[in-house]
Amino acid sequence: MTFAPATGRFRPGDRVKVRFEDRPGHIRTPWYVRGKTGFVERVYGDFLNPESLGHGGDGLPKRTLYLIAFAQSDLWEGYRQNTPDKLLVDIYDHWLEKAA
Amino acid sequence: MARGHHDVGGLPGAGPIDQSQHELADWEILADAVNQALGARGVKRTDELRRLREEMDAAAYKNSSYYERWIASIEGILIEKKILTRAEIDRKVAEFEKKWGEP
Repeated sequence: MTFAPATGRFRPGDRVKVRFEDRPGHIRTPWYVRGKTGFVERVYGDFLNPESLGHGGDGLPKRTLYLIAFAQSDLWEGYRQNTPDKLLVDIYDHWLEKAA
Repeated sequence: MARGHHDVGGLPGAGPIDQSQHELADWEILADAVNQALGARGVKRTDELRRLREEMDAAAYKNSSYYERWIASIEGILIEKKILTRAEIDRKVAEFEKKWGEP
């Protein structure tokens, strides 16, 4: 199966920060990664936006969906340091910004 | 605002995950069938049902099983899209309870 090229801003390996937003509505970005920094592991492609679909909308414009990798030690207080342990979460383009 | 009642990843106190298998009850299979049928007819989107479960009363959500939440969200979408009314659903449920007894 092939997909049209993704239109999003990021590429595999890019360092990205998840926006911290606290707003009502159907949101697929879990609370525990908001405000956290990770890396783009994979670019899946462009998909209808569930934040629109969830409220009866048409899901347009499509948004690029990424697999984002976080170091477990960046997410959980007290997690042991210097491990390669990663946590992978699907996150849409509009939730991400370029990290310093 | 605060995190939703469904968004519990990483919260302490959840305990270990119950990984035991459980046999699906007939009503759970029916809930799945109704869900599939409504999708095939274009009545609902998966994200709409997710949103309705997120909008449930927090205590009701917490006290409901997986498929009980599904049913609550299916009822919600049917009412939202004016296919059924709450009164019609309640009347039918009362009929079934009379016929088959309380669940």
